[in-house]
Amino acid sequence: MNQFITAVLTSLSTGAIYALMSISLVLVWRSTRVINFAQAGQAVLTTYIGYGIIQKTDSYWIALAAAVIGGAIIGAVIDRFFMRPIFKRITSGPIALIAPVVATLGLLGVIQASIGIIWGISYQSIEAPVSTDGFDVNGQVIAFNRFNLFVLVTVTLTMLLLTILFQKTNIGLALRASAYSPEIAKLSGIKVDAVRTFGWAIAGAASGLAGMLYIPGYYLYPNAMDLLLVFGFIAAVIGGLDSLIGAVVGAMILGFGLSFSRTYISTEILFPTAFILLIVVLLIKPDGIFSAKKKRGA
Amino acid sequence: MLTMTSSKRRLITFVIIGWVLLLISDRVGPLRLYQGSYVATYTLAVASIILLTGYSGQLSLGHGALMAVGAYAGALAIDKATLNPILGLIVATFVAGLFGLILGFAVARLSGPYLAGTTLALAVALPTLANEFEILGGQQGLPFDVGSSPERFGEEFSQYKWYFWICALAALIMIWWIANLVSGKYGRTYRALRDNPIAAELSGINVGRQKVIAFAISSGAAGLSGGLLVILLGGVSPSAFPLGVSFFLLTGAIITGLYNLKGVILGGLILVALPEIADSLVSRIGESEGLTNSLPDLLVSALLILAVVFTPNGPGQILKRHHSK
Amino acid sequence: MSLVVENLTIDHGAIRAIDNVSFTVPSGQLAAVIGANGAGKTTLLRTLSGLKESKSGNATWNGNSILGKRAEDLARTGIMHVSDGKSVIAELSVKENLALAGLWRKDKKDVALATDEVVELFPILGQRMSQTAGSLSGGERQMLAIGRALIARPKLLLLDEPSLGLAPLIIEQIFQTIKALVKKTDLTVLLVEQNAMGALKIADEGIVLNLGTVVAVDSAQSLLNDPAVRAAYLGF
Repeated sequence: MNQFITAVLTSLSTGAIYALMSISLVLVWRSTRVINFAQAGQAVLTTYIGYGIIQKTDSYWIALAAAVIGGAIIGAVIDRFFMRPIFKRITSGPIALIAPVVATLGLLGVIQASIGIIWGISYQSIEAPVSTDGFDVNGQVIAFNRFNLFVLVTVTLTMLLLTILFQKTNIGLALRASAYSPEIAKLSGIKVDAVRTFGWAIAGAASGLAGMLYIPGYYLYPNAMDLLLVFGFIAAVIGGLDSLIGAVVGAMILGFGLSFSRTYISTEILFPTAFILLIVVLLIKPDGIFSAKKKRGA
Repeated sequence: MLTMTSSKRRLITFVIIGWVLLLISDRVGPLRLYQGSYVATYTLAVASIILLTGYSGQLSLGHGALMAVGAYAGALAIDKATLNPILGLIVATFVAGLFGLILGFAVARLSGPYLAGTTLALAVALPTLANEFEILGGQQGLPFDVGSSPERFGEEFSQYKWYFWICALAALIMIWWIANLVSGKYGRTYRALRDNPIAAELSGINVGRQKVIAFAISSGAAGLSGGLLVILLGGVSPSAFPLGVSFFLLTGAIITGLYNLKGVILGGLILVALPEIADSLVSRIGESEGLTNSLPDLLVSALLILAVVFTPNGPGQILKRHHSK
Repeated sequence: MSLVVENLTIDHGAIRAIDNVSFTVPSGQLAAVIGANGAGKTTLLRTLSGLKESKSGNATWNGNSILGKRAEDLARTGIMHVSDGKSVIAELSVKENLALAGLWRKDKKDVALATDEVVELFPILGQRMSQTAGSLSGGERQMLAIGRALIARPKLLLLDEPSLGLAPLIIEQIFQTIKALVKKTDLTVLLVEQNAMGALKIADEGIVLNLGTVVAVDSAQSLLNDPAVRAAYLGF
């Protein structure tokens, strides 16, 4: 029973982090029709910035705030000065489908290599701001600690904030309208380009948060977020790439699947499990679980 | 009166290239032969990407994984089944091709980002599998030994020349076969597939089937190049095919021109030259650990961005622009 | 304030969709653009609203050129385009669809007032405020699209085939609403229609397009009486 509860709890907290990443990816996909592979680079870059701040100020909290705000700024800059010019330049031909995605891949490499040059590639670490000792439940120590709880609470709060943003504010409505139909949004006078940049900013903030919540359990190095990107992507696909709710649900399904297989089978089965989950979902429900009637084309 | 079909012409061209290469191999030193082997291997890998992405329109980020499949299959064949190394390479090709066939079926309905992300997941997941299973040699990996050159070539035949012969010939044969595949009728089919799948479907082309076939053949070629690569490395291990390999090859394909096999050797040359350029840059700027490790990646990634934005159709595009001015 | 189009030429891929077209729509008037399918009518509207680029020629509204501008900027100057077919966002509610046009406007009081006026004009929308636009019937969707455009207090309204796929009764209702609007306010309307009869009946002026060129420009009444036009477009 203990094992079961532990598995459930760790599923929730890992799923929460995957959800942040999958939301970032879905946000960018919906507004720009691009899978932003550079999101992993953005996330790790903001985490390095956070790391640098911790070196100077010894405060995780300041670093966290900086990572989120920095993530927003970096995201906006990438859309405005990297993606937008690329879309302007490449408008037709078979390359039009591939070029933006490949460009984000290249950007990922550039960011990671630059980090390697500036900070070096050796492993660093960030200390969790709260205790990482497992909770004591009825005399037994479970594999769920205060930091996991902090992660869970933070992500839940973030989800609430984002939901309010999207459903109840004008800018949120503009975001949704621009994602569903850029043309109708334009004809209604909405500055679709600016709105899209804002979407990238939010995605950047979310991935910045994800990085600072993820790294304290692991090591920090230029490729540290690659795995999270892959898991975030798988979660987004499971949930249906066009749905933010789906992104969260997909992340939870993935989190549960991985946690349970890790607890009950073995740690090593992790990647193959995720990959098989992905293939199974795509075979059965090519549109993901929450999709609209949209086709699964680019 | 010799009427030559283009396929005959192609065959003769490749035979001549092969013969010239073998002649050259007598005249150059071991370093060049070693580099040449790498060029041949990368050229083959780039050709497989051109077939898959340029011709059949499927963007795959998992070529590193496909190469690993071929490499391991070949290594197992030689190590455990004690097969002749050449047969081992053939096994590598077939097993990878089979794997690609199955994978191609699974992802045939996907396009664009879904395919890219799925193959990305594969590239990340597969190497770790090798870690787990004893039979695959775990972290140490397996040796891949093609032995020394056959006796009848004589004492003078160096190891590097032997490597070069194997790599160059294997690459030539496979690329020739792919070139045949994409010319003529099949070439048109693939172009239709890529540019307008709906129209292609309507004109009777079985889009799904063609995509899967392309995936299988591309995987086979990738598997072969994987086998060749581990010959040069001396063995296969989980760390031989990290994620970076897939990006590295994609860069070569895009620089060369994704939509045409013609300049493919350029891709192989650039991929071999880049790390060298990076190294000389590092020694000029001044050593630092971060720089040494990351500068090659920085160059490759920056080049990828520049290539896909400015010359997606290959360097010939730049020439064309000048002409029309 | 009038819409002046001079020697406008627009390409659609390799096809010359609009070839050297000129016409004027005086302020406060309703002009109907009629013609067969493929005559270039939709392309014309999409260029005037900034969704598409033109090849050559001029188009001015109120003396200012409207070519080469971004659609969202033109929309903010009072030019509203209700495009054909996909003119509402199905995933959003009726209320949210209506709100789109007023999002950028600073005068929120007037936006609320305009919304009330639109609901008064199309009461059915008031009943369906919280439903998704996708659950509306074709006629209701058209009303929603037009209503949304009206909330922005447009000066120039570009309507692309509002009658498409609608029942005759609804078409009549919508046409009468448009006519009444033009009469009551200083709204200028460019109405593209396949339903030539219905459009000419409510219009002041008519422009006949065929294969991208202007075949006739005249008062709507004259066109209705013209035997050639009747034979080609009115079916009698």
